[in-house]
This record gives sequence, C-alpha cells and structure tokens, in this order.
Amino acid sequence: MTTTEQSPETTPPSDYGTHPGAAANHAFKWVSTGAGSLILITLAAVATFLLMEAWPAVSMPAAELGDAVSFIKPEDGQSLLEIVGYLVYGTILISVIALLLGTPVAIGIALFISHFAPRRLAQGLGYLIDLLAAVPSVVYGLWGVAVLVPFLQPFYQFLADYLGWIPIFAPPESGEVFTGRVALSAGIVLAIMIIPIISAVSREVFLQTPKLHEEAALAMGATRWEMIRMAVFPFGRSGMIGATMLGLGRALGETMAVLMIISPGLTFSPYILQPNQHNTIAAYIALQFPEANALGVNSLIAMGLALFVITLLVNMLARWVVSRRSEFSGAN
Amino acid sequence: MSKRIDVNNLNVYYSNFLAVEDVSLAIEPKSVTAFIGPSGCGKSTFLRTLNRMHEVIPGARVEGEVLMDGVNLYADAVDPVTVRRHVGMVFQRPNPFPTMSIAENVLAGVKLNNKRISRADADDLVESSLRGANLWEEVKDRLDKPGSSLSGGQQQRLCIARAIAIKPDVLLMDEPCSALDPISTLAIEDLIQELKSQYTIVIVTHNMQQAARVSDRTAFFNIAGTGKPGKLIEMNDTPTMFSTPSEKATEDYISGRFG
Repeated sequence: MTTTEQSPETTPPSDYGTHPGAAANHAFKWVSTGAGSLILITLAAVATFLLMEAWPAVSMPAAELGDAVSFIKPEDGQSLLEIVGYLVYGTILISVIALLLGTPVAIGIALFISHFAPRRLAQGLGYLIDLLAAVPSVVYGLWGVAVLVPFLQPFYQFLADYLGWIPIFAPPESGEVFTGRVALSAGIVLAIMIIPIISAVSREVFLQTPKLHEEAALAMGATRWEMIRMAVFPFGRSGMIGATMLGLGRALGETMAVLMIISPGLTFSPYILQPNQHNTIAAYIALQFPEANALGVNSLIAMGLALFVITLLVNMLARWVVSRRSEFSGAN
Repeated sequence: MSKRIDVNNLNVYYSNFLAVEDVSLAIEPKSVTAFIGPSGCGKSTFLRTLNRMHEVIPGARVEGEVLMDGVNLYADAVDPVTVRRHVGMVFQRPNPFPTMSIAENVLAGVKLNNKRISRADADDLVESSLRGANLWEEVKDRLDKPGSSLSGGQQQRLCIARAIAIKPDVLLMDEPCSALDPISTLAIEDLIQELKSQYTIVIVTHNMQQAARVSDRTAFFNIAGTGKPGKLIEMNDTPTMFSTPSEKATEDYISGRFG
C-alpha cells in the first residue's frame, strides 16, 4: 500500500480509537491489580497488628510481666522469651517429624497415582486422597487420641527397649513408655494431615512431566524408576519443594490436633517418646487464651508473631532453594 | 557393532485397533534404511516396535516377530529395558534433559548401564560421543552448561551423542529433522552418512528428498483410508525406489501425486 490518497468511503480515523473489549480489559486490569495489592495490604496489616499488640508484653521488664500474667514465671525459667524459645523448638521439632514421615509417603502416593497405577485406580485413589484433606483437624485430633495413641504405645515401648540408646528414643526414667501422648504421636498425626496436600500438588506436577523427556529416558534403557529419577523428579523438583512447604505451613500452624494429642511441657529436650516435654506455639496459644488477661493476650500475640516469622522464613528458604538452579529447571 | 533386523509378519495393535498389518522386511547392518509414507500410515508406530518403545503407549501390543541377529525381541525371556539399551532412538523433537548439563546428558544412558565410570573414562566418552555427533567443536568450552542452552539443531545432535554414547547396535530415528532448519538438517544428514559405517540406522522421514539423499534402502508404507491399518507397500534399493518403483502407489507418492 503506497497510495496515501483517501477515498470518501475510507473509515474515518476516529473509528480506530476504541473497540468493544476495551472497557472490559481496563476493568480486568484494575481488578487483577487490586487483588494483587490486597495480598500485600493484608500481610502488612497482619504484621502491624502482631507488632503493635505484642509490644506491651515485649517491652515490659520480665519480672513485672511475670507478676501480671499467670503463665509467665521468670523465677522458674519461664520468662516470655524463654517460653517462646521452648515453643519455637517444639513447633519445629514436631513439624520436622511430620515432614520426615509424611513427605516420602506423600511423594510415593503421588508417583503411584501419576506413573504406576492403572488409570481407573489412579483416579479413584486421587479422589480419596483429596477427601483426606477435607477431614477437619479436630477429627484427626479425636482419632489420634482415641485410636492412634493407644495403638502406638506398644510400638513406642518396643522402640524404647531396643533403640533407647539413641537419645531421641530414650524412655522416661522408669523405662516404661506409660503414655503415647508424646511429640512423636503429634508428629505422626500431623504427617497424616499433610500427606493429602503434598501428594495432591506433587501428583499434578508429576503428571505434567513432558512425555518427550520420559521417552528420552525410556529409549535409552531406563527402567520405570530410573526414568522417574532422570525425567520426573528433576522436572518436578521445584513443585515438590513447594508442595512440601505447603505441608510444612500446615504442620507449623496446626493447633487442634496437637492440643488434643500432646501432653504439653516446656523444655528443649530431644526425647520424643516422653510426655510433658514439648508443645507448639499454636497449641500453647489455644491452651492459654481463654484464661488470659489483657497482658496475657499481648504475650500470646508475641508468640504468634514468632510463628509468623518462622513461617515467613520457611517460605523464603523454599523460594531460595527453588531459584538456586533455575537455569537448569524444566522451565527452559 | 551393528546388527541386522528381520521382521516377520508383524501386526501392531492399539487395544483392538489394528494399526499396522502384516509387515515383513529385512534391515541390513551398516546401512541406512528409510521409511517413507503419508501421515498416519504407521511408519513411526512400526519404528517403535523395533525397540519396544510402543509399549510405553497404554494398550499397544504386537503379534509376529522381530529378529535381531536371529534373537526374537518379543521372546518371553527378553526384557524391553535391555532391548532399548541395544537399540537407541532419536526423536522428532530434540529432548535433552533440561536439568542436566551437556556432559551429563551425554553420560545419562551410560550411567544407567554402568554406575561406576572413572572420571577420565567419562571425559573420554563425552568427547568421543560428541565428536561422533559432530558437536564437539561447538560445545567443548561449555560442557557444564545446560543442554537446553543449545540451538535446536545442536540439541538434536546432543541427543544423537547421548544415543551413541551407550554404543547401541541399531539407531532408530523418528523424523529427526522435522523440527530443524535446513542448515541443521544438512548437519544431521552428513552425520547419518558417517554413522552408518558403525551402526545400523533406520530413519523415518516425511521428506522424500531426505530419504533419497541419506538412505541405501527405502520402504514405502501406505494406508488405504482412515481407520484402515497401515501396510508396507514395497521396499527396495533407494535409487530403484525413486526411479522405477514396481507399485503404482509408490510412484504416485514419490512423484507428489498424493500424500
């Protein structure tokens, strides 16, 4: 088109200005930007709330706070800071137990569904796993206390008898594991609770492994398992880490099940078969909240702040791990 | 090492659907055999039965036999995993493992066969395989970079290096140039000519000029219509196939009258 001559029928320039989709596109832009900003605002609001409400308890001298709040006893080595220390330790210990036990099982389930099971069985099993995620945590707690804990007790005794020389499995002084309401039980129930989310997310990631890479591995004589290690795991690595972090997030924040199962205590002990040794932040807050006075609530909120910080750190760590070898990720 | 392949009365099924019917042919060692034919005629499906890769597709199965130097690949005692370690394959689209470096890609198959390989042996093997695939000069300074950082043609040659690193008896190529530009295609075709001194090569191609350029023998597959099984129409020395084919259908196809 070299001619610049305009015939009378040519559409006038004004018709090139707008089109019917423009308004909707504009609205979409603002809605999505708004939704994105809302996340930031919410996060900032939560952080501000935690900081402001925690401040009165954090800034007060330990002795004074001890006089004002019934559960803080600086003279017994349970100042606010010390309690937070014990609880952070207990929270991480129990969550790590849950992750160590739950992740391999969850990944195994995901692999079975995505690469081993016949299609029809895989679908049914997938729905079943998703259903597990829908069970309320209080039900897990009840089931844990009523069924799992008594069931596990003889097994714990066995562990204590034969592996008691390993510090973490040391029994109470009497040598008898007289109750199953210990950190390991809480960890096991949490493991069961985080399996659905980890396996559901990993399954979706595994299913997206490019056929091309799977066939490349198989064509050079890889067995199914070797193919999974060569093609599926490297591709799904960041997804698996993300899934595990989602599970860890749930384990860190889980309140009801831990509260109902564990016989709480405040120590830095490594003994996961002994009662009255550990508690988690969330369960401790739930335990003390109904009886707490104003400053007590401020103290509990300070503990909540600690949990918030841990969760944030865990997520940042996960991001960092995922991004470390992004050049080699399946995304290129 | 290179071996001859004899296929006797092979039928390929997807569940109950007969995809390829009654194929019998012989593939000579140290030669290039090309499979040509219109889309959907079953040539790729048939190629995959030569290293049992069709079994990856649910419901796919075969009847008949594929003899490699007299050994039936479908005998009860034969493990498909072992078959694939003897019969390498290069795919339509280059598929280096994105999480592995160039060197790791070359060694991927070797590590399956022989977990303990000394550092020096591994380095030698990487070099000889990449030289064998005409890629060494281009990548020797960046062997630790991801395989996906290469161009499409280089990636395909990397896949060939990966396939020949395990020293297969036979190399199958499923339209290896269809995703590549003409220059890269030429590089692969030159490579095929060099590789045939050591390997039995079978190549599926849509490009008849390519078949004429690289192959010693050509097999023409055709399909009577949708839902009908693919069949081997005729197979002969490539010059004969392209000058004086004995079947009317072959002549129509290679002269561009259909397909």
